Amino acid sequence: MTRRFAATLGLLGTLLLPLPGTAQETDPATSQEWQSVLEEARGQTVYFHAWGGEPRINAYIGWAAREVERDFGVRVIHVKVSDTATVVSQVLAEKSVGKASGGAVDLIWINGENFAAMKEQGLLAEQGWAETLPNWRYVDVENKPTVSVDFTVPTDGQESPWGMAKLVFMYDSARLDTPPATLQALLDHAKAHPGRFSYPQPPNFYGTTFLKQVLVSTVEDKAALSRPVDDADFEALTAPLFAYLDDLHGSLWRQGEAFPQNASHMRQLLADGELDIAFSFNPGDAAGAIANGELPPSVRTFVLDGGTIGNTHFVAIPFNSSNKAGAKVFADFLLTPMAQTRKQDPEIWGDPTVLNVAALPANEKALFEALDLGPATLSPEDLGPVLPEPHPSWVAALEDAWLQRYGAE
Amino acid sequence: MTGRRHSFPEIPTLLVALLLAGPVLAGLAGTVLPAFGYLPVLGYDRISLEPFRELLAAPGLARSALLSFGTGLVASLLSLAIVLVFAAGWAGTATFQRLSRFLSPLLSVPHAAAAIGLAFLIAPSGFLVRALSPWATGWTRPPDLLILNDPLGLSLTFGLVAKEVPFLFLMTLAALSRPHIRDFYRAGASLGYGRMATFFKIVLPQIYPLIRLPVLAVIAYATSVVDVAVILGPTTPAPLAPRLVGWMSDPDLSRRLTASAGALLQLGVTSAALLVYLILERLALSGLRGRLASGHRHRHDGAARHAGLALMVAVITVMMLSLLLLGLWSMARSWWFPALLPQRWDLMRLADTFTMGAPALWATLALAVTTAGLATALTLWLLDARSHNNRPSGRRLKALVFLPLLLPQIGFLFGLQMLFLLAGMSGSFPAVLLAQLVFVFPYAVLSLSDSWARLDPRYTKAAASIGASRARIFWQVRLPLLLRPVLTTLAVAAAVSVGQYLPTLMIGAGRIVTVTTESVALASGGNRPVAALYALLQLLIPLTGFVLAALIPAVLYRNRAAMRLERG
Repeated sequence: MTRRFAATLGLLGTLLLPLPGTAQETDPATSQEWQSVLEEARGQTVYFHAWGGEPRINAYIGWAAREVERDFGVRVIHVKVSDTATVVSQVLAEKSVGKASGGAVDLIWINGENFAAMKEQGLLAEQGWAETLPNWRYVDVENKPTVSVDFTVPTDGQESPWGMAKLVFMYDSARLDTPPATLQALLDHAKAHPGRFSYPQPPNFYGTTFLKQVLVSTVEDKAALSRPVDDADFEALTAPLFAYLDDLHGSLWRQGEAFPQNASHMRQLLADGELDIAFSFNPGDAAGAIANGELPPSVRTFVLDGGTIGNTHFVAIPFNSSNKAGAKVFADFLLTPMAQTRKQDPEIWGDPTVLNVAALPANEKALFEALDLGPATLSPEDLGPVLPEPHPSWVAALEDAWLQRYGAE
Repeated sequence: MTGRRHSFPEIPTLLVALLLAGPVLAGLAGTVLPAFGYLPVLGYDRISLEPFRELLAAPGLARSALLSFGTGLVASLLSLAIVLVFAAGWAGTATFQRLSRFLSPLLSVPHAAAAIGLAFLIAPSGFLVRALSPWATGWTRPPDLLILNDPLGLSLTFGLVAKEVPFLFLMTLAALSRPHIRDFYRAGASLGYGRMATFFKIVLPQIYPLIRLPVLAVIAYATSVVDVAVILGPTTPAPLAPRLVGWMSDPDLSRRLTASAGALLQLGVTSAALLVYLILERLALSGLRGRLASGHRHRHDGAARHAGLALMVAVITVMMLSLLLLGLWSMARSWWFPALLPQRWDLMRLADTFTMGAPALWATLALAVTTAGLATALTLWLLDARSHNNRPSGRRLKALVFLPLLLPQIGFLFGLQMLFLLAGMSGSFPAVLLAQLVFVFPYAVLSLSDSWARLDPRYTKAAASIGASRARIFWQVRLPLLLRPVLTTLAVAAAVSVGQYLPTLMIGAGRIVTVTTESVALASGGNRPVAALYALLQLLIPLTGFVLAALIPAVLYRNRAAMRLERG
């Protein structure tokens, strides 16, 4: 009975979906709704709180701000923060005193745990806004599932995708001939060259990602990772991960008594030859850093067989922003093929697109095809499969277990 | 002076109390309530001890607390010892004068920048190893040596010493600039005491009360420092303060409760260090009392004097080298091991940063000048009124003034942020000004109150006896006599204002951009040239302040021998 009911619902759902042809005919950018958003946005000032630790990214945001001011009359001010947590604090403090409008933050650069926390605490603007953006139609929802599921948490249209992240490893080809292709080979390399491999110390985002990479690659029951950690047998599932880390520990840089602080510290250590291998969440990072003089030109990128962890980073609007229209216009601009191509250019930022390039109109597609990713960047085909992020609740559990073992000796 | 005791407090006392009470109470509530499990916005609305249970369950907590306590206390004691031994051996000499010229640049370096420079100096891939590699060491790649972030916190202690010595040196210098110090030296010399014996037996007992509060502030700072600890300190586990910041910024918002409980533990650790210092002080006093009056002349103090000089020169050299390296980094494009100098230079970035950073620089300057001016004026008003009414110290007022320095900022600020939001002031210039004042004012009180209290009362008595009004005594007697400490206070206050990151960001809601908010955000990316560049930008305003504070009295007093600094 229930099954038949569900089947009927499913059928109804398919019938109600607009036909692909009709969607093409009406350009969402000229729709009545979007026109009124544009009208409302004109003259608004959007405070975009975003991590400000990378001059190249700051310059890109500055460019995008100038574009939307010229084309749509929206002023975007980049508030550079050192840690997204202070932005969450700001919105939380505003909610604490009942400030339901006129919040200081209009748009946040966010993903993963911070998004999950803000969503759970009701600190975000209404559901579905991201899918009303005209350029949403170009987003690669089908092949890039993480654009609508952020660390297994459905975005529900409460954040708009901005760029793709994928764990890639970097090595200096002048020092190392063939980089290790598997975790086992990495371990062997570390043992053969003690003190030349490390990972940023969890809870640094990159360090935790390395733990997740090992976890996802070694765990028996992969499906368990997409559920909250409380529902899983943490000890059993993480046993292979910690067996691996235990094995690695003695061969780590500084014998595991100190760790790199973050990804750029690791990059610096690679440049100085302290480390053989570093990693990044941005496949274009090496090329950008070479262009910037931060890494030697002989640095190359590699990934592990079987794939590496990948996710998407987003922009979100807090519940009490009074410039939501302006924020939406900026979020939509960030999704335009032009802005996305520019972002992917290694000389500018090197951050991969969230769009489905194959489905773009010919002119826009040509923009992407003209991009020169440089010798240090792997082509999309060579980047390998994307391993999904575990449920956000795993992050804290992994970090605690790591701290217990290696963080307080 | 007639003891006119009012039962009501003076206007400035009331004003200061009003100005600080709100922020301090809000800040305190923002720390204490969540520590006991009360944070309604996250759904925690019952008082409980759960946050403390969580805190105690954190691995390595005892070690973190011990590290904060140990590194902070040892660094403060070492700094004090270096400054005192050096001052004892060399005050009044040309060497002393020459070395004190390095003070302004050293004091103006932001703590984090000094730590970055120092880290680059001593790291295995750093400057010192590069200078010796590969020709002397044979190393073509940096050796895998644990120098930075060592588990005992030695490099952290070293970094703190390098940064605290200049501050205590400045305070000692201000204390030594009082009149009659030279007479003590003459008296000591004529009685046949060695230079150091004169200092420790005659001068120090006179000036120690003037540097005591600064020493206590250094201990409070060093036991709770975050930025230096992150760069130089151990990480497995880290000292308490950086761990608090980690919990406070955890995406899992419930960790804020643990962080608040940790903030109270931090308060305990800092208080314990202060207490230990006070006990040591008392022990030293009772142990030394007999020796001070023993009559030993200690004429052969050459070795001790030179040891003091060597230590001071070492600290200054290390700091100047770090600063120089920072300067080089700000112009470097590529600078990899084992290159001793940058392989590629980038001067465009330098030019760009100064053009782009100009608005932030002006905002920083406006904030620093107003905050320092207000803090110093308020301190002077307070001191004048209180000494006029013959009540020099108020314990409750002092507690109110110094509490913001003792509590970890991040928890404190959450309460403060809510207060400003409720007042509808968040994100405005006056709000940031007020928030900074909460943290700058204690330093103004700190660096001025003892100089004020030690001012020879006969000057004001003489002025009063010839009928000068209270205002006239203040403007024409006290202020000119105190010009040097007042200017030093202004410079210190301005430097503290420039250094405020979290208050500016959190109360300014991102609307008020200063060189510090810019540089901390940029430094979070770990890009050395950019971090170095902004550190230099951050250094400009304090440096100007300290240079002016040293120059103005020299110019104004050029014809007044007794007001000049000690010279041999």
